[in-house]
Amino acid sequence: MTQSNRLDGGLIDRSETWSFRFDGKWMKGHKGDTLASALLANDVRLMGRSFKYHRPRGPLTAGSEEPNAIVELREGARKEPNTRATTAELFDGLRANSQNRWPSLAFDAMAINDRLSQFFAAGFYYKTFMWPAAFWEKVYEPIIRKAAGLGTLSHKPDPDTYDKGFLHCDVLIIGSGPAGLAAALTAGRSGAQVIIADEDFLLGGRLNAESFALGDDPAHVWAAQTVAELQTMPNVRVMPRTTIIGAFDHGIYGAVERVSDHLATPEDGKPRQILWRIYSKRAILAAGATERPIAFEMNDRPGIMLASAMRSYANRWAVTPSHQVAVFTNNDDGHRTAADLLAKGVTVAAVVDTRSDAPKTSDYETIAGATVTNTQGRLGLTAVEVTLASGTTRTLAVGGLGVSGGWNPNVHMTCHQRGRPTWNADIAAFVPGGALPTGLSVAGAANGDLSTHGALMGGMHTAQSVLNDIGLASDALTLPPAEDAPVNVTPFWHVAGAKRAWLDQQNDVTAKDVVLAHKENFTSVEHLKRYTTLGMATDQGKTSNMAGLAIMAEVAGKQIPDVGTTMFRPPYTPTAIGAFAGRSRDKDFRPVRKTPSHVYAEEQGAVFVEVGMWLRAQWFPQPGETHWRESVDREVAQTRKSVGICDVTTLGKIDVQGADAAEFLNKIYCNPFAKVPVGKVRYGLMLREDGIAMDDGTAARMAEDHFVVTTTTANAVGVYRHMEFVRQCLFPDMDVQLISTTEAWAQFSVAGPNARKLLQKVVDPEHDISNEGFPYMACGDITVGGGLRARLFRISFSGELAYEIAVPTRYGDALVRKMMAAGEEFGATMYGTEALGVMRIEKGHAAGNELNGTTTALNLGMARMVSKKKDSIGSTLSERAGLNQDDALKLVGFKPVDSKNPVPAGSHLMTKGDPVDAAHDQGYVTSACYSPELGHHIGIGYLKAGDTRLGETVRLVSPLTGVDHDVQVVSAHFVDPEGDRVRA
Amino acid sequence: MFRSFLPILSIQRGTVSVHDLKPITALGGTDPRVDTVGSVTLTENPGLALASVAARMGREAACKDHLKSVIGAVPGPGECQLNDPEAGFWMSPDMWMVGAPFDTHEDLASQLKKRFGDTASVTEQTDGWCCFDLRGAGMENVMERLCPINMRAMQTGQAQRTSIDHLGCFVLRRDPADWVRILGPRSSAASLHHALLTAMQSVA
Amino acid sequence: MIINHPLLGPRDSAEFTYMGDARLINRPDWQADDAVAQFTDYGYLRDNPAGAHRELWFHEGGDRSWLVVTRDTTTHEITNVELARDVARAEGRSK
Repeated sequence: MTQSNRLDGGLIDRSETWSFRFDGKWMKGHKGDTLASALLANDVRLMGRSFKYHRPRGPLTAGSEEPNAIVELREGARKEPNTRATTAELFDGLRANSQNRWPSLAFDAMAINDRLSQFFAAGFYYKTFMWPAAFWEKVYEPIIRKAAGLGTLSHKPDPDTYDKGFLHCDVLIIGSGPAGLAAALTAGRSGAQVIIADEDFLLGGRLNAESFALGDDPAHVWAAQTVAELQTMPNVRVMPRTTIIGAFDHGIYGAVERVSDHLATPEDGKPRQILWRIYSKRAILAAGATERPIAFEMNDRPGIMLASAMRSYANRWAVTPSHQVAVFTNNDDGHRTAADLLAKGVTVAAVVDTRSDAPKTSDYETIAGATVTNTQGRLGLTAVEVTLASGTTRTLAVGGLGVSGGWNPNVHMTCHQRGRPTWNADIAAFVPGGALPTGLSVAGAANGDLSTHGALMGGMHTAQSVLNDIGLASDALTLPPAEDAPVNVTPFWHVAGAKRAWLDQQNDVTAKDVVLAHKENFTSVEHLKRYTTLGMATDQGKTSNMAGLAIMAEVAGKQIPDVGTTMFRPPYTPTAIGAFAGRSRDKDFRPVRKTPSHVYAEEQGAVFVEVGMWLRAQWFPQPGETHWRESVDREVAQTRKSVGICDVTTLGKIDVQGADAAEFLNKIYCNPFAKVPVGKVRYGLMLREDGIAMDDGTAARMAEDHFVVTTTTANAVGVYRHMEFVRQCLFPDMDVQLISTTEAWAQFSVAGPNARKLLQKVVDPEHDISNEGFPYMACGDITVGGGLRARLFRISFSGELAYEIAVPTRYGDALVRKMMAAGEEFGATMYGTEALGVMRIEKGHAAGNELNGTTTALNLGMARMVSKKKDSIGSTLSERAGLNQDDALKLVGFKPVDSKNPVPAGSHLMTKGDPVDAAHDQGYVTSACYSPELGHHIGIGYLKAGDTRLGETVRLVSPLTGVDHDVQVVSAHFVDPEGDRVRA
Repeated sequence: MFRSFLPILSIQRGTVSVHDLKPITALGGTDPRVDTVGSVTLTENPGLALASVAARMGREAACKDHLKSVIGAVPGPGECQLNDPEAGFWMSPDMWMVGAPFDTHEDLASQLKKRFGDTASVTEQTDGWCCFDLRGAGMENVMERLCPINMRAMQTGQAQRTSIDHLGCFVLRRDPADWVRILGPRSSAASLHHALLTAMQSVA
Repeated sequence: MIINHPLLGPRDSAEFTYMGDARLINRPDWQADDAVAQFTDYGYLRDNPAGAHRELWFHEGGDRSWLVVTRDTTTHEITNVELARDVARAEGRSK
């Protein structure tokens, strides 16, 4: 079996003979083969089993519209199921396996489904597995999934990488057949920036599959010469192996370039595929046309394929499914296949033509006015039964049957937005219609110009027209003479009376299923599609939708255009999820932001946590500490006892300058800012316009016209956007300028009773930072380390005497080392986000858990901050009655009655004696921790009228986690409620 | 990395601070990182002092006069004034970024503030950014894997803000034109560097 | 989509953040007698036209301008793009 079906000629490179393996058997092929053509060369017609009935199937097509020859490529982690053998480029050592069969392709146990097919008609699943509902997920679905045919995944991470990229052009040309090449040549010579993309690895489209000449040369020679010329043009980017997968708004197209799929493994550092976003001024769809089959009894046996595919295999790949073939056609094009196969030395038993006036030739027998009414051959075609016009039958012993039902323009891309194809009776097919995507024109067979001459001229004229649109002059091409045969087709969709005539071979939908759906009143084309699954497989019904529509029209007594057509949506062909993910996977899923002390923290063995994109030190384990609580409790205790340092650079910092800076902050914050003195910091609460708390932070007045505003880490981006909205859209004449400085300054909190002593060793002595010289809420420019510019803010999140000190980011690493060295005599500790959280909960400071998008200033206990004397964002709607009920939630603290109990965040609060249900809910715990200061767990959260219930014992419940115990309502300020420490 | 400082940047040479804090680069090293893949070289550039200059309301003309005298031009949208160093580019309506050599102009913001007075808001931006210079034949191929800028149409002296690996960056096309300068958020310098290097390897 | 920025020319909409109805520029007077009612209308009631819609986009990945984009919600055709600051001033907003 060494390529026994290989013919002479073809566009393969016979000097390169490659080995490949299919289902364990090694075979030979050539460079230029697809897996399907190489298998056919080796007399393998059976390539897969169908989805539902597990029927033996071979390739129907020679391209990406393939419904049948679906295989698994490669092995191990690179295994890729559900790929089309008809587009898989052969390489030396390729390993492929058939799928959806067990134990083997030739003997598939699940083929029993085929025997039971009468039970599996349209809607079978819907009708059968209705009840009981609970059975669906656990019983029915797993069984159906196992039986239904999809390949298997490797369950290993994809070892390949995928790139994304961006391209720009004046004209994008989709497809490289005669229309596409003529358009590209016209546009390329005009000097326009041109991209021509084709999903095939060999450009030329059907010019590579036909035997006719263009001028004096074979068509494929003209194609190769034209491509060669295009490749020399610096303004033209020729992209083979590139599928345009979708037309998006305003001239944007998605494209997948298969960079490495034709190699065993990608070259080092190279992606497997690239997902391109192409920005085009104009695009020309030259996607050609797809031949459609005719449905007849048992039309799915391996060896039965589209007549054009049979021709492609013979002319381009020099293979035939069999040395004895026949053709079944309703148009002149089928006869081309017979002539080409004959010329290649293949025996053509007959051309069965549905037309009584079919053209006759002395080269082969034409059976006019006849149809194919049955076929034979269990795992591959052995004979076809022909019913003559007279009604008598004849059997032709053939191993291949080419079927031609006419051609459908590939209108898919024209429908990706709002286009709706229109019916062209001359060619009995839908052509582009309705509103095409902006800037898209259609040329050649895709536009219904089915002759080669028509395609060449259409490509050129369309290119000239779009170039003219964008102001570029172009010259007409001198195009070679080409065939210009008229389309001579008599619509013929299916042979009447067939019991099992397959329309959608990938989803096993028969002509009878369509009729049944209609009987059951699924008369809309969209319903038909979903009920029968016609056209819903990965091929999107490229070879089946048309016949489905025709049969539907027939049974409804309508014309095809009145039935309508279903929509095509991106992607044009199945696209790997990896291509959409690109490089954004695993640790590269999104960028990481590192704090200025990251290197130092790593050296200290810090455990990091992701906070948004930031990596922050969560705690710093010391030798001997085996549990995170040990580290955190120590960091808290040491900070409260002496001094601790924490990197707080992640807080958003926004520079607000201008004569109206203070007035601007008056609008942004609900509390007043106009009278904050220079050199002072004020806490600010920012509301959304609906009166809900948005963010909080501080604003430090560095000068009369200069504030430094801080935001929470999480809201930095949103607050900046909001401030720009207020500045540009609401108060456009305010003199205020904004810019983020979050990254520019490394900022550290230095907290604890020894904070000042530590800082006095670091801050240059000319700056007085004594309690008198630099009191609580002071701020100012200072220098450190002998002259480095820095900023100091006396603010405290921990409740201790505390400062935040900032230096330009590049010095942050040096500053933290300097401060830790200076703090050694005090036992200074680094503390992480956990200790930060513990200390702010002990202090009762609100954070993200409390500003959770549902809470108001009133809930936070800050109602009096909302100034009524000025206009600020959110102040008006914060007065709404619904937000100001007597029993409104108030932020309070909770301590367990039994001090051993925790106070888990998320637990709900119930009045003692009340039932535990939503109707009696009294509030919930937002933040909780173990307090090293108090020696037991504490929590803060919202309780209805909580400020009036201090001392009350309430029930803390979490039915999900089994929490149910009593807690006492206390002030949220567990530590230093009078604020003596911060002012010390 | 820089040619000698040209007098066009007519602000005064600042005071060189003598403090004892040792800087690290955006990538966390003591020396800038250099990577060459194929014909393209990626250089971390810590030698840039930056400050934003935003015109005060009603003082736009005076601000622009100062800007012109400092960097030699008033860059319009998408433009960059390429003295050495790039000296300035347009950021937003009535807002520019001004650059100078870090070694001599670390206090650029305070120098500019003195010069612009109350015609502009000036904000130190030096360490808000990390800076990478991407140079060599085929630089465009690297960039088209990274961002939607039409690099083949972008001219020397143009500047665009764009997104690279989800990070907002400024891209400045320099002279010679096989050279772009990329300013990205400093905290994500490692991610940006990784993205740039990966793209370089992808196209090499 | 491509948004033709008045200063920067055509830019991919991916660079922008969408906010919605440009009516948000017309923030009511906080001292009006029926201020709460006006703000409620302002904050919650939006037209949802099938057709031309004036909406706010923030050039977050670009020059930080807020834009007013007139876009047909049924076709995505964009017929006008203005700087929101100019629109706000034209509509009488100041300080």
